Amino acid sequence: MNITLLDLQLYWWLLVSIIGALFVFMTFVQGGQTLLYTLAKTEDERDLLVNSLGRKWELTFTALVMFGGALFAAFPLFYAVSFGGAYYVWMAILFCFIIQAVAYEYRKKPDNFYGERFYETLLYINGSLGIFLIGVALGTLFSGGNFIVNDMNLSHWTTQSYGLEALLNPFNLAFGFMLVFLARMQGALYFFNSLDEHNVTQRIKKVVQTNFLIFLALFLYVVGSILISKGYVYDTQTKVVSLEDMKFLHLFLDLPFLLILFLLGVGTLLYGVYQALFKENKKAIFFTGVGTVLSVTIVMLILGVHNSVFYPSLADIQSSLTIENASGSYYTLSVMSVVSLLVPVVLGYIIAVWRSMDKTKLTIDEVKSDSHHY
Amino acid sequence: MEHTDLLVDWSRAQFALTALYHWIFVPLTLGLTFIVAIMETLYVKSGDAKWKTITKYWMGLLAINFAIGLATGIIMEFEFGTNWSNYSWIVGDIFGAPLAIEGLMAFFMESTFFAVMFFGWDKVSKKMHLTSTWLVAIGSNLSALWILIANGWMQHPVGMHFNPDTARNEMENFWEVIFNPNAVSKFLHTVSSGYVLASLFVIGISAWYLLKKRDIAFAKKSILVAASFGLVSSLYLVTTGDESAHQVALTQPMKLAAMEGLYDGENRAGIVAVGLLNEAKKIGDDAETFLFSVEIPGALSFLGYHDLNAFVPGIDDMIQGNKKHNIISISEKMEQGKRAIKALRDYKDFKKQNKLEEAQKALAIFEANQKYMGYGYLKDPKDAVPSVSLSFYSFHTMVGLGTWFIILFIVTLYYAMANEIQNKKWLLYLAIGTLPLGYVAQEAGWITAEVGRQPWAIQDLLPVGMATSNVASTSVMITFWLFAVLFTGLLIAEIKIMLKQIKIGPEGH
Repeated sequence: MNITLLDLQLYWWLLVSIIGALFVFMTFVQGGQTLLYTLAKTEDERDLLVNSLGRKWELTFTALVMFGGALFAAFPLFYAVSFGGAYYVWMAILFCFIIQAVAYEYRKKPDNFYGERFYETLLYINGSLGIFLIGVALGTLFSGGNFIVNDMNLSHWTTQSYGLEALLNPFNLAFGFMLVFLARMQGALYFFNSLDEHNVTQRIKKVVQTNFLIFLALFLYVVGSILISKGYVYDTQTKVVSLEDMKFLHLFLDLPFLLILFLLGVGTLLYGVYQALFKENKKAIFFTGVGTVLSVTIVMLILGVHNSVFYPSLADIQSSLTIENASGSYYTLSVMSVVSLLVPVVLGYIIAVWRSMDKTKLTIDEVKSDSHHY
Repeated sequence: MEHTDLLVDWSRAQFALTALYHWIFVPLTLGLTFIVAIMETLYVKSGDAKWKTITKYWMGLLAINFAIGLATGIIMEFEFGTNWSNYSWIVGDIFGAPLAIEGLMAFFMESTFFAVMFFGWDKVSKKMHLTSTWLVAIGSNLSALWILIANGWMQHPVGMHFNPDTARNEMENFWEVIFNPNAVSKFLHTVSSGYVLASLFVIGISAWYLLKKRDIAFAKKSILVAASFGLVSSLYLVTTGDESAHQVALTQPMKLAAMEGLYDGENRAGIVAVGLLNEAKKIGDDAETFLFSVEIPGALSFLGYHDLNAFVPGIDDMIQGNKKHNIISISEKMEQGKRAIKALRDYKDFKKQNKLEEAQKALAIFEANQKYMGYGYLKDPKDAVPSVSLSFYSFHTMVGLGTWFIILFIVTLYYAMANEIQNKKWLLYLAIGTLPLGYVAQEAGWITAEVGRQPWAIQDLLPVGMATSNVASTSVMITFWLFAVLFTGLLIAEIKIMLKQIKIGPEGH
């Protein structure tokens, strides 16, 4: 079989999309962090929530690092253009994640200098602002950024606000808030499944309901905008980039299996919410999780197929990035494709470890008796 | 795209700041994960609950350190994009791969089994728990492996070629990148230095308990494990250091000359055991390099080339060139580099105009001169010389302290085995006093490696002045100060928490 460079670029865009989608699912940790004072009314309850998330937070953190690493290895021009250009946005995101890493470990420690509430605030900032900004950054994959790439493939940003101007675009804002409310809903569903504390779990349904409705409104706006707005495409021969009316609607009509997968993802997510709200099914997060991963993967994937541009330039349309002009070389993508065979192994041991650690649901008593707790 | 000096300085300052902070915590994690794994193995083998208490105590301190290590680490990966975006494009095709593999192979292993290590005592079997602890140790060291493969490649780029059409370096041999001798020696030297620091950490804290006459059995057992581990590691550190210096001599002769303050090259070059640099000394003048110095004759020739009589080039030889030893001057390299840069520009322009014949000619000129392309971006030959004082003092601080650690481990192990350590107050005080020196040695090692290779982001290929992002220097200045405030704030909290946990002691856990 003759594997072309384009095959490898498509494969790597698919992988990046899946890793991105897994990260979005894993942000239930961040969502949970914003619910500490909504779901818990006593200190013990709050400790329970923090400790429940504390067993998972590092994987979300690692998924973000992995997302960055995969982009660097496979699409280094995106790494250079976006990170080096939308400087303030990415720096703000990084600050939001730096503060998360210490918050769990230091929150309950005696003599922690700033006090428990301070570290809880850090968790809140990470869970809200951090996810919102990631959503804004992902939104710019559709709406574009103000950069120029020269013929040596070196780039610069054309605004002095270095990416913060993305906050003026309603689509980006909606994308950001959509992820925040999705994360909060998933966070609540995670608690629903992992805790054995009636006082807490009885408050979950209402939280799921509220956050779901806000998420749904934003989701409809975002998806609607994507479908009916102009989209960026490139000519496979000349590589010239242009705008096309209702680009992504055409894409779904031309590639109906992607539409079916997307709808399947959304349907599974909705079924999960239905199970939680109307059947009180504690396993609802598995449905919403699968639904999230599937639908986010497709939303990311459509940027890399069907001649789509995955990072449009608002400053110079011909500087826009595509999986063809932004990727690593054939050799590097081939090597990394072999390495990517490890992904199922990694996923396998993560699932195996989670299963053995989550055999029983977490209780306040267990948190109190554990010698190491957050 | 030319960058202003101010932007380059702020970008370097920010990278140095974040890396130096990150490097406070990483070596301890690299070593302490192994020490707790050894302790837990002793617990599982002996069934003695005391070893479990000991293991859990040191794990508690590890967790405090690990958290801030993660916090300061996430920025490192993304900073290549945010602050070194030209770099990310020009070498991202090679450099991105080890970073991605690090995430996949090491970070997931660490983070998954970390949760078992801390919360799985009553949830999984003893053996599964022990395996998890070892996997955390292996994972954190694997992470070091991949990042040092990336770093080693920056110091000695191999396994790639320059593609004029994409205007970047592209990988052509993955195995050469992985088994780059510079990377291998760097990895072994760095991780073993981490084991030494962790050993000093355990010995220093245990010594405090002994001085306070509390938790004596715990402290003595901990010292025994740490002193044994530390001695073996520090002896190994000497051999990896020797190999590291050999690699530097072969691939980064300017760095070696700066590390030793060697301006005029010589056969049977010596190592300055102790010396005070003459700050008035300038490149190319006849002033004395040292105000005073004690030298070991022939040692540098031997260290660098494993031959007592070998010629070691000095800074002046490399700046001005030395025909006898076939050394091309920096000015000549700069000329070639400028020709390569111009030819590449011409090649691009001719291709755009569809003048294919001219393009081919320009390409031929480019290929004939590309070896020194990086030098074409330098403004002055003196720019090719790193800070001699920083390189010299940091290198000698590292080596001097490393020697002291070996002596300390030998003496500590001797008295620990003779069961007399609790009576040797002078040794206990020395052990406590040495702990901060362990951190000093770590940072000195990092400065030696990273300042010594300036001005190169990629040795001979890409100077830092060309590698930065095209952002305003004020933006980088703002984030520099934000990092400085945030990391310092977190460090204060970390130290306070750590000291409190030490005061509480193993019985409180």
